[in-house]
Amino acid sequence: MFEQTLLKNINTENYHQLEVYRTGGGYAGLRKALNEYQPDQLIQLVKDSQLRGRGGAGFSTGVKWSFIPKDSVLPTYLCCNADESEPGTFKDRLLIEKDPHGLIEGIAISCYAIGAKIAYIYIRFEFIYGTRILQQAIDECYAQGLLGKNILGSGFDLEVIIHRGAGAYICGEETALLESLEGYRGQPRLKPPFPAISGLYASPTIINNVETLACIPHIVLRGAQWFSDIGSPKGPGPRLYCLSGMINKPGVYELPTGIPLRELVEEHGGGAPNGKKIKAVIPGGVSAPMFAEKDLDIAMDFDALAAAGSMFGSAGVIVMDEDSCIVKVTLSMLEFFHIESCGKCTPCREGLGWVLKLLRRIEAGAGKHGDAQELDRLGEAIFGNCFCALGDGAIMALRGALGNFRDEFDYHIAKGHCPFKTESIVLHRTRATG
Amino acid sequence: MATQKLTISLKAQINAIIPRYVEPRSAVMPALHLIQDEFGYISREAMEEVATILGLTPVQVYEIASFYHQFHTKPIGCHHLQVCINVSCMLLGAENIVSQLEQSLNIESGQTTADGRFTLSAVQCLGSCDTAPVMQINNQAYCEHLTGQRVEEILQRLREAPMGHRPEAFAGAQKDQREFTVAK
Ligand SMILES: Cc1cc2nc3c(=O)[nH]c(=O)nc-3n(C[C@H](O)[C@H](O)[C@H](O)COP(=O)(O)O)c2cc1C
Ligand code: FES
Repeated sequence: MFEQTLLKNINTENYHQLEVYRTGGGYAGLRKALNEYQPDQLIQLVKDSQLRGRGGAGFSTGVKWSFIPKDSVLPTYLCCNADESEPGTFKDRLLIEKDPHGLIEGIAISCYAIGAKIAYIYIRFEFIYGTRILQQAIDECYAQGLLGKNILGSGFDLEVIIHRGAGAYICGEETALLESLEGYRGQPRLKPPFPAISGLYASPTIINNVETLACIPHIVLRGAQWFSDIGSPKGPGPRLYCLSGMINKPGVYELPTGIPLRELVEEHGGGAPNGKKIKAVIPGGVSAPMFAEKDLDIAMDFDALAAAGSMFGSAGVIVMDEDSCIVKVTLSMLEFFHIESCGKCTPCREGLGWVLKLLRRIEAGAGKHGDAQELDRLGEAIFGNCFCALGDGAIMALRGALGNFRDEFDYHIAKGHCPFKTESIVLHRTRATG
Repeated sequence: MATQKLTISLKAQINAIIPRYVEPRSAVMPALHLIQDEFGYISREAMEEVATILGLTPVQVYEIASFYHQFHTKPIGCHHLQVCINVSCMLLGAENIVSQLEQSLNIESGQTTADGRFTLSAVQCLGSCDTAPVMQINNQAYCEHLTGQRVEEILQRLREAPMGHRPEAFAGAQKDQREFTVAK
């Protein structure tokens, strides 16, 4: 029987307050880590738990931590990635607003494990409310000796500093995040060197997602075995699934990894509203290619989703029903990737603009014969040739749509209008710039 | 256009941020946030002052202000209406919300009303897709589950506010009253 872990107390009144959090057993994980574990043992514990990153790439957290050089004279840093901008994703915001101490406790334990004395939380600008809650929680911790010098009398020191973004999806990419934090434009860096060797201020740096870090106190308290017994053997643990789009019960759901996508959207999410049929589902944020309804029996598991040509990504699950126009959805996704392209590499900056031009005209009913093939060709030219995963993600999203719903593209091109109730739209609306 | 000479207090706030970082340059984003909070946008004059404080060239500050969507280097309206048009919001009718606002304010998105009261922007996913369609006004709590009627109420409230005041868009925009569905 699966038991709530990350969201167990999410509806407890005032759980964001230190006193309430401690009443529920909060900071026992930090105390245990400091008293009973050497840093190396903690890294081993997290490795044994088989926790994999919840930010998108799904890399083993313990293995990543073990890349920190043991003999470095440089300081080590932890950066918590709270940039949460992958469309369809809203779980980190929930944790930050409702359980900020769970995150801070995870950060403190992680810093002790990797030998960091400073942690930065890079939070997206729009999360103004969450930023306020988190800062209050940090202030409470300093006042109670849970952050700062000599934490809980252990001799371990830690500063936690919030750094606010300013509206840029690319800053969720770990090396762009570091650039941004250093005061540069948020453009990705070449890897290697990986941040664990040379990251923030050219020092060893670990970047982890909010949800990843929030798992850590539970692993310390309940053991690696407990964690690795939950869900998929090769990527275990509880996972926060974000359900949105044409679904009866949108929201954040904590369930084990490995559950079938169909169960997630039909049983937990209650299916599509108004008795409509589901047409397609994006399983892990818009960068993860969509599945057609017939393929929903797939397990929400890192490896199974990758083998099926998609990815677990951020577990942002977006549902489209029988009336949703896939061409329109694709246009919306590509508008996003194009706007958010940082401009560093040509395939992404120019190529996505080209893709968009074609999509806009197809959607507007002015598509030309051969446009769908041209989209395929552009995909070939862009995919694998971008500096970072943003451009590749855009093409993966495009291919997921073209691969599963080519008939809808063909229909728009042949007939010059949309087969669904939707009238043509102008999605390329702008934001105030300058 | 009012000049943006940084006050002593603002300069002190910027200086207080620097020690949080290993390199002073890291303080450039927080400094620009402080200036924008104070003046509503970031002028060239202010960027030059920030450069001096942080030991940078003006262009090193300008390239930051121009890169990020949320920094404004020109004045914008008092109420910046930012409607999410990404997939989940779009599926739930964000387009209609944008159209309604465009008609009601008689501007296109990306523009500011002649009286300087409203700026309308179509923006990307705000990370609140479960409450789509969503809009953020300035940097306040989100307006969720938007309907045509709710949009009218919000506009009404903001139109009635004295110029320069930025009330929360509607009473009860309290985030922590949300109950979360937790699956069994
Ligand atoms: C374009 C792009 C955007 C990303 N956005 C985020 C994000 O908003 N939050 C996040 O945690 N990871 C994001 N990532 C993944 C990070 O690069 C990185 O893998 C992750 O933060 C590592 O943490 P984890 O191992 O705990 O998942 C993004 C990656 C790319 C390529
Ligand atoms: S799509 Fe609008 S908030 Fe995510």
